Amino acid sequence: MAVEKKLQEKILDAYPAKVMRNRKKHILIRESGEKQEIAANTRTVPGIITNRGCCFAGCKGVVIGPIVDMVHIVHGPIGCAYYSWGTRRNKGKARPGGKNFLAYSFCTDMQESDIVFGGEKKLMRAIEEAYETFSPRAISISATCPVGLIGDDIHQVAKQASQKLGIPVLAFSCEGYKGVSQSAGHHIANNKLMAEVVGTGEMEDKKPYSISMLGEYNIGGDEWEISRVLQKIGYHVITTMTGNSVYDEISRAHQADLNLVQCHRSINYIADMIETKYGLPWIKVNFIGIEAMSKSLRDMARYFGDEDLIARTEEVIAEETAAVRDEIGSYKKMCEGKTAVLFVGGSRAHHYQGLLREIGIDTVAAGYEFAHRDDYEGRDVIPDIKIDADSRNIEELDVRQDDKMYRLRLSKEKYEELQKEIPLGRYAGLMTEMKDGTVVVDDLNHFETEMLIKALKPAFFGSGIKDKYIIQKMGVYSKQMHSYDYSGPYAGYRGAVNFARDVAAGIHTPAWSYVTPPWKRQPSLVGKVAEEGA
Amino acid sequence: MLSYTPKEIKERKGLVVNPAKTCQPIGAMYAALGIHRCLPHSHGSQGCCSYHRMHLTRHYRDPIVASTSSFTEGACVFGGKANLSKGLQNVFAIYDPDIVAVNTTCLSETIGDDIGEIIRSTEIPEGKVVIHANTPSYAGSHVTGFANMVKAMVTYLAEPGEDKNNTLNIIPGFVEPSDMRELKRMLALMGTPHILFPDTGGVVNAPMTGRYEMYPGGGVSIDDLKKTGSSKATIALGSFASRDGAYELEKKCDVPSTVLKLPIGIKAADAFIMAVLSHTGGEVPTELEFERGQLVDLMVDVHSHYHGKKAAIFGDPDTVIAMTEFVLSLGMEPTHILTGTPGKEFEKDIEDICREGKYTPANVKSSGDLMEMHQWIMNEPVDILIGNTYGKYIARAENIPLVRIGFPILDRVGHSFFPTLGYMGAIRLIEKISTAFLDQHDRECEEEDFELVM
Repeated sequence: MAVEKKLQEKILDAYPAKVMRNRKKHILIRESGEKQEIAANTRTVPGIITNRGCCFAGCKGVVIGPIVDMVHIVHGPIGCAYYSWGTRRNKGKARPGGKNFLAYSFCTDMQESDIVFGGEKKLMRAIEEAYETFSPRAISISATCPVGLIGDDIHQVAKQASQKLGIPVLAFSCEGYKGVSQSAGHHIANNKLMAEVVGTGEMEDKKPYSISMLGEYNIGGDEWEISRVLQKIGYHVITTMTGNSVYDEISRAHQADLNLVQCHRSINYIADMIETKYGLPWIKVNFIGIEAMSKSLRDMARYFGDEDLIARTEEVIAEETAAVRDEIGSYKKMCEGKTAVLFVGGSRAHHYQGLLREIGIDTVAAGYEFAHRDDYEGRDVIPDIKIDADSRNIEELDVRQDDKMYRLRLSKEKYEELQKEIPLGRYAGLMTEMKDGTVVVDDLNHFETEMLIKALKPAFFGSGIKDKYIIQKMGVYSKQMHSYDYSGPYAGYRGAVNFARDVAAGIHTPAWSYVTPPWKRQPSLVGKVAEEGA
Repeated sequence: MLSYTPKEIKERKGLVVNPAKTCQPIGAMYAALGIHRCLPHSHGSQGCCSYHRMHLTRHYRDPIVASTSSFTEGACVFGGKANLSKGLQNVFAIYDPDIVAVNTTCLSETIGDDIGEIIRSTEIPEGKVVIHANTPSYAGSHVTGFANMVKAMVTYLAEPGEDKNNTLNIIPGFVEPSDMRELKRMLALMGTPHILFPDTGGVVNAPMTGRYEMYPGGGVSIDDLKKTGSSKATIALGSFASRDGAYELEKKCDVPSTVLKLPIGIKAADAFIMAVLSHTGGEVPTELEFERGQLVDLMVDVHSHYHGKKAAIFGDPDTVIAMTEFVLSLGMEPTHILTGTPGKEFEKDIEDICREGKYTPANVKSSGDLMEMHQWIMNEPVDILIGNTYGKYIARAENIPLVRIGFPILDRVGHSFFPTLGYMGAIRLIEKISTAFLDQHDRECEEEDFELVM
């Protein structure tokens, strides 16, 4: 722990006083005996090289963009549509007779005259042209920074367009400057899906073990691998939110009997709101890693409490784990004893720790870009979280029990009894996963990344594209955990093997042995070569 | 793939589908990286900076570091002055660059922040420099942003010199670090003293040494930027990306300028050499003449691979203009030509080139998008598509090869290391075009037509 404490001091010492006071609250060394509080979901200090994105990225980029049969129109200058086109690896397939617009990017491409005179007419025109050309199931409008500043009423335009065209048109006021990170955009997206989509779908024939998978974006095909296993057990997946989803499936989300929450940060709002409105509970799942996957499957079976389902679950777990055990074992031999840093996602920095452990790698530092305190400390802290001005601007929907469609899945007694065994409506947070002496950092920045690597010398750094090559230049293998470096799936049993194989390859690829040229390894030079990070 | 794109072309007035351009700030950020020890700073929401860094990083597979003013809703209401002032002070205290290059965004432009005033009223550490360019995302394109930042380098830094020296300023345009290195190599062969700016060589294609350098060795120095005002002339390559900087030098420091096409292909490379010669006199070194001869030799030897083939070309205007001229010189037919960047002179330049090449293209457009390009191809098929990575959807839909050139290339490597400018660059492009045709033939031809020697 001494190293970590010194690291913390060294980082903070390098900062100007005000920055130091700010960052101090975002960095802690794990001590399980103490109740530890971390500052999160607060403004990044200007000038700091943060990895954070914006509200638009969280709304259109993360939550709305993956819905495959909608035309997602970005209202603004061209950049935001361009950068969010095909860059997130949320895979999707058209349903029979349906459409898939994931290969397309749609934008109003606002020009100076639109900024001066307003862009509502152009937006209306864009919606009409999209409808005439593509006749999608529904259309979304995502606002970029200037839209809110000039006061375009995108909600009015959406309403008019919807009436005129007879298809849903959803407007998202997700201007980039709202909130302090992508997180505000997740919330805005959740609100609109809840208010205008969920609950509008026609009833399907009731199927047993109907579930929905929330906060799963089908990166690299994750959802397909998870669904393969769920279907094998006998579950009926009504919808995902929102990887590989289609509008009509989301509209029927209220008909499930259980919601699974994978990415807590981006989707917990809607899980809560659906429970309040329709009586449909959620459990926190983790489909990353063999143990976590099996535990989540057992929790689900326990929730339904059906003996056949429980037996079938055990059968599938046995079958699936047996199929991957040897291969995982071989990668474990290659990775045993190494350490990792994880800085990713709205649950991933938590989820991947288990899988890394399964291949012998301990996580020594972890954190998130856009998480809130509950993602670190667990949902029990939610009542204690102070709402600041930035969060207050993000609407909280007033959701109430739906008189017609509310259906209590569990009695209060049963709910409380189950809560003792499974994470029903609960999430304990990232920090419970982390051993004493490990480092937890919120909104990790460029400078701190360098310091972490120098002090901890990890073998693996799971993060994003912006810091990947910085880390690798320091001699440490870095994997983009948002895009899996274009590999995957990583979820589920087969995904775990893919991940293990990729990590083992990344750590052991022969290239690392050539970093120092032979002429710098001459005996006469020993002791003069700066070694850093490697 | 792209199966909902209708063949029938209808005019669209509100909707851009699959853009062929992006916004100004990313171009400004890229240009700024071409100054030694420069940290680009994005004055806007965090997301802008994040998106630009991500896209540049994907293209170069190298660290792209930049800071941001991290706007919140409050900053939008009260103005971004506090964010920029404090941001700059933090940047110098923590990251210690020699120079910060601020670009604006559609956010800070819409609320009307006066960046020059904010910089002047901010305490900047002794010996450090801050420059800025206005780069509103709702005008022009990423190429405009690049041009604006190059111009800002001149506006802020170039110092008028009474006595002009023998040096040539070269503005290379929005090209690869490998291209910038190639230009310097050619100039060195010609013995021409030069200042090339911006110069991202060694910055965005830095070597692996086991040590991370936040400010790698490459980039034009601030001193050299100051000296550009004493050079005898400026050669600006690519009118869209480089002309503004050259004209600013002419206006501010009385340095005469010549605007040329990007030296892609034999004609444009010849024009570049001739322009340099016109300023320096002397003779072209045998090495360059040798390379030129190799290029012509190859053009004769393998013309059968591509002569008479129809090409669709899209991307940034300077690249597309020069590429159009090149494919004509290869005996190919540039059938559809499009850029997303606005500017009527693009159409005029293409028309002039095609007239000279005695060819009438089917479609030429600036401010276009890739859906329209796809529709043109559906209506009049071509044999090959030449453009950036975004062309891959069309290439797959129409089963034609894609030769990747320009920005961005997100799915292949090589562009950071091997030039497409100059004679050697032209040889590389011929290799790519020829290989693309032959690979497709080998993959798809009947077995009895499969041949060993081609």
